[in-house]
Amino acid sequence: MDIHEYQAKEILARFGVPVPRGGLAYSPEQAGYRARELGGKAWVVKAQIHSGGRGAAGGVKLCRTPDEVQAFAGTLFGKQLVTKQTDAKGKGVYRVWVEAASEIAQELYLGFVLDRQSERIMIVASAHGGIEIEDLAESDPNSLRRMTIDPAVGLSEFQARELAFKLGLKGGQVAQMVATLRACYRAYRDLDAVMVEINPLVITGTGDLVALDAKMSFDTNALFRRPEIAELRDRSQEDPRESTAGDHGLSYVGLDGDIGCIINGAGLAMATMDMIKLAGGEPANFLDIGGGASPERVVRAFRTVLADGNVSVILVNIFAGINRCDWVAEGVVQAYREVGLTIPVVVRLAGTNVDEGRAIIAASGLPLISADTLAEAAAAAVTASTSRPRQAA
Amino acid sequence: MAILITEQTRVIVQGMSGRIGSFHAADMIKYGTNVVGGVTPGRGGETHLGLPLFNTVREAVEATGAEASLVFVPPPFAADAIMEAADAGIKTAVCVTDGIPSQDMMKLKRFLRRYPAERKLRLIGPNCAGVISPGKGFMGIMPPHIYLAGRIGIIGRSGTLGYEAASQLKELGLGVSTSVGIGGDPINGSSFRDILALFESDPDTDAVMMIGEIGGPQEAEAAIYARDHMKKPVVAYIAGLSAPKGRKMGHAGAIVSAFGESAQEKVVLLEAAGITVAPNPSSMGETMARLLASRLMEAVA
Repeated sequence: MDIHEYQAKEILARFGVPVPRGGLAYSPEQAGYRARELGGKAWVVKAQIHSGGRGAAGGVKLCRTPDEVQAFAGTLFGKQLVTKQTDAKGKGVYRVWVEAASEIAQELYLGFVLDRQSERIMIVASAHGGIEIEDLAESDPNSLRRMTIDPAVGLSEFQARELAFKLGLKGGQVAQMVATLRACYRAYRDLDAVMVEINPLVITGTGDLVALDAKMSFDTNALFRRPEIAELRDRSQEDPRESTAGDHGLSYVGLDGDIGCIINGAGLAMATMDMIKLAGGEPANFLDIGGGASPERVVRAFRTVLADGNVSVILVNIFAGINRCDWVAEGVVQAYREVGLTIPVVVRLAGTNVDEGRAIIAASGLPLISADTLAEAAAAAVTASTSRPRQAA
Repeated sequence: MAILITEQTRVIVQGMSGRIGSFHAADMIKYGTNVVGGVTPGRGGETHLGLPLFNTVREAVEATGAEASLVFVPPPFAADAIMEAADAGIKTAVCVTDGIPSQDMMKLKRFLRRYPAERKLRLIGPNCAGVISPGKGFMGIMPPHIYLAGRIGIIGRSGTLGYEAASQLKELGLGVSTSVGIGGDPINGSSFRDILALFESDPDTDAVMMIGEIGGPQEAEAAIYARDHMKKPVVAYIAGLSAPKGRKMGHAGAIVSAFGESAQEKVVLLEAAGITVAPNPSSMGETMARLLASRLMEAVA
């Protein structure tokens, strides 16, 4: 789960990371007021959306007067900001962060991630920050320093010091860096984060470290024990189809094609989408209906998939282990009648109670297209799709 | 022989008296799995499904000589339950639970390192369908009737895609020695490489079907292992060729975040290591059958 920059800064500041003074605004007027309140001669106005690349997308500006702050904020509110990391629709701006501008002598990169190789938290740092880590990894891979942290011991002072020296820091900056690293680590560990990123971490004109930007992302599996983090969820930043599906216990990812997919198991769902592509079609979504799918859940899955107006055919592919084909079949029949389906539905059932399931489909008298194998199901769905199938390469 | 579970393996179920634990434990017993008891704290001394319940894993091990445990414990308590099993001397734990916090897994993996190799717990999962040696026994939630007993090992992250592979093999008359679900989480107990090593030294396994997906470094690591250390042939399939970058596809671990983690890159790495990759998910069985046939021809010639 992602949170906003200003929320990440508040959290990190609480753990001891130095951040610039700033204030949140919900309107252009409030943004102007924040600038006056903060005082000084220059302010940075930053659109708060759950995405990186805001600067290049016009969501960040250095302003010289409170009126300029207010005017720029006025252009942001309500806007869908499209960045390199968002989809074509972008993300809506409903909050703006106004911050006292900092003088920048040097920009560093600092990230904490879950390293799947060592199965530990890993620090990634570079003396050349300010650009996206993906770009940095391409343009300047030798500047990246990596260090893993033993979960039984935590981040040791000596490790933090070693990293600070490797980044070329001197004098009082070393102690500041050690404090910043340890603060980030504690925030990551104590709040069940999966990512903490400060980019850039700057050295100011006076030689002090300040986190100019901050990103945090949290482990959704741990939200049950982090209610204060769970509260920071901002649904305006999520794809409404995905959040609604999630509320109903369905794992859904919206895509651009027209073949709606209802499948059990993440791996089988990905494989089915691959099969659709190979057959010359385009999946409209990823949807894992999960284990123990009742007829009601199947109906809900149909409604979720149909909420996407592009869908011209639905492919149901169930390999039942803990699921039962007869329940799924009942759900398909029920959905067909309740939702008043007008588009073709391809059904492929296998596994537990498959004969009962197929019998229900056959006896329903509905124009459901039955398929025995994954390949047949994908081919049938592509044939039934209204967007003419392209020739498979 | 098979790996991880045979008809002799003495199995306990942690969380056996729960609704889901009961259901699957009953299925396992019906299949002939040597289930010897269950663990539910506070219900020690009771009988469930005709088997004794214990308060702790240690008591269960002392009373029954259990070597393996199936963990059906809810996410907040699952890592603790696995540590308990490790401390009690269980050799193999299979955890089905989906949704364990990643830091719990990090601590658990660190905890397991405190035991010497000869008494170290091998964890399969979490977030997996389990382990089955067809005709012998299983620990997990899979539908056992779809597996034909035979000589092919299966390793997969996804449960249902593993079922798909087993049924394609069965369709072609090919059976399975053991099928292992290693689970879809970013941090898991055993990797592809760990299970490949077990199959390589199992006299009852002739070839291995490895079913990977997008995300993480484990398929690449397995490819190098197979190239350098395996005599038995490996057929692979990688799910997620059509998955967009940076989006999580259902499994917590199924997200492309670095080089070598997309399905396309994994296919390239596997093929470079000499592994035969099935071009699509409906040809997993065929690809294995063709490979075995060509090996046979070579052996005859």
